[in-house]
Amino acid sequence: MSHPVIIIGIGNPHRGDDAAGLLVARRLKNRKLAAEHAGKAIEVLEQSGEATALMQSWAGAHAVVLVDSISSGAAAGTVHRFDVRAKPVAAKVFGCSTHNFGVSEAIELARSLNRLPQHLVLYGIEGKSFQPGEALSAEVEKAMDAVIDRILDEIPDTTG
Amino acid sequence: MKKTRTIKVDYLARVEGEGALYLRIKNDAVVDVKLKIFEPPRFFEAFLRGRDFREVVDITARICGICPVAYQMSSAQAMEDACGIQVGRSLRQLRRLLYCGEWIESHVLHIYMLHAPDFLGYADAIQMAKDHPAVVEQGLQLKKLGNDIVKLIGGREIHPINARLGGFYKIPAKSELAPLVEPIKKAREAALKSVRWLGKLPFPEFEQDYEFVALRHPDEYAITEGRLVSNKGLDIAIKDYENHFAEEHVEHSNALHSVLKERGAYFVGPLARYNLNFDRLSPLAQEAARDAGLGPECRNPFQSIIVRGVETLYAFDEALRIIDEYDAGDEPAVHPREAVGYGCTEAPRGILYHRYKIDRGGIIRDARIVPPTSQNQKTIENDLWRFAAKYKNLPDDELTWKCEQAIRNYDPCISCATHFLKLDVVRE
Repeated sequence: MSHPVIIIGIGNPHRGDDAAGLLVARRLKNRKLAAEHAGKAIEVLEQSGEATALMQSWAGAHAVVLVDSISSGAAAGTVHRFDVRAKPVAAKVFGCSTHNFGVSEAIELARSLNRLPQHLVLYGIEGKSFQPGEALSAEVEKAMDAVIDRILDEIPDTTG
Repeated sequence: MKKTRTIKVDYLARVEGEGALYLRIKNDAVVDVKLKIFEPPRFFEAFLRGRDFREVVDITARICGICPVAYQMSSAQAMEDACGIQVGRSLRQLRRLLYCGEWIESHVLHIYMLHAPDFLGYADAIQMAKDHPAVVEQGLQLKKLGNDIVKLIGGREIHPINARLGGFYKIPAKSELAPLVEPIKKAREAALKSVRWLGKLPFPEFEQDYEFVALRHPDEYAITEGRLVSNKGLDIAIKDYENHFAEEHVEHSNALHSVLKERGAYFVGPLARYNLNFDRLSPLAQEAARDAGLGPECRNPFQSIIVRGVETLYAFDEALRIIDEYDAGDEPAVHPREAVGYGCTEAPRGILYHRYKIDRGGIIRDARIVPPTSQNQKTIENDLWRFAAKYKNLPDDELTWKCEQAIRNYDPCISCATHFLKLDVVRE
């Protein structure tokens, strides 16, 4: 009997590379994961990154994978993987906004409240440009495929 | 002996947007206070010119991620006024319900995540959650219901997509609202407990003489419509706003400061609404306020946190009443004409005024938007002058924190204020 896995793509579809997380989720949805991983309950969601909605969406899940774009100063397209249970996530890496209670707050608040899932992995795709408009940079496009492969490889380890 | 103290906060935490604070105390007297807003100006009033009149609802909603509904409602009211139409009762109630959802989302975020940590001595809500998990859980439960109401009526939790001139793109049937009833009842219970808890927080003594300004309505606790009134004699129609209020630019802020032409600084938001409309709150909300130690008047801005709790409770109460009485109505057609239209509604932080001039083809020729946080800037600075004078004997780090807390009393939304916190205290 498998435990539920939830994959959440986070982002803003109108700000360049900030759409990356959402687009990863959409591509995963199109892959029809249930068929590939027969018998395992996998859900794929898209979220804007608002903290309470995020915490709500992973409630009851055994394993969660979050995908978001980040701006940490690394080269565009760099893929960062954070094992959230092992170590706190630096707010300034994921929390670039002064206008939102977002991903890093959701994670750290959940940690304080013992509301983190058993497994929580956060993929950050280093963005190049977050300007209004919808075009993704080529580096981020490429990185998205790499992230999708890594997520799919990990699913057997995080379920059952 | 000359002594100068500088209290500086370069980047105000736990406020929405980017601001800083500068305070100078010379020989034990406060000589300078500046609430510096360096959030870049956003020029909405300028780029609205030339747009189609129907676009105001969605464009102005982008001014704020926490109070988009307020912008949608004020802009729709102003444009509908310009076009000479008024939406019927059923749709007005639906708009009010959507607004209740936003009040809940915004107030609860502020109470639990941004302001309560100050009262309990925590640097942020995450630290507070470690010692007070039940309190934070309660906040999360309340916020979720606010999100759910906004999502159901507005179509999306952030920047709702369902509102438009004349009403909504999709009007919900009564049966679609029914699933909210039981969760709202539970949330109302939690909101009531929340008010009692808020009443027990420690509050500095700091009563001030303010001119409170808010909407007032003959039948309801004014949110979406009413006349503009104050506790010092103001009583005007919304369209006369610019005859009585002026905006001025000050060097240290990218947000314009508002003043009442006759009397200067004034105070908008929950405390203003409470003082001017206590009699319009539901009996449950009034009782909760009294249980928390408040009378019908409250002039201590630190107790705004209690009032936000009372308004949250009221919003749940009101949401249930609206859902119970709801009956889907017709939407009027909205045709442009050459005119000026006025709108003013109560955003979570206070009155939000919009004025538009449109031509016969529905093109916007001119726009004016005055958000609540701009209107509170002078009052915030006045509070800081008086607060720092009263508590100047505190050591710098304590005084700094208390001044930040004093700013957070106003739940400032700096992004809104700059549509068009670094505390420096210099002790000399």
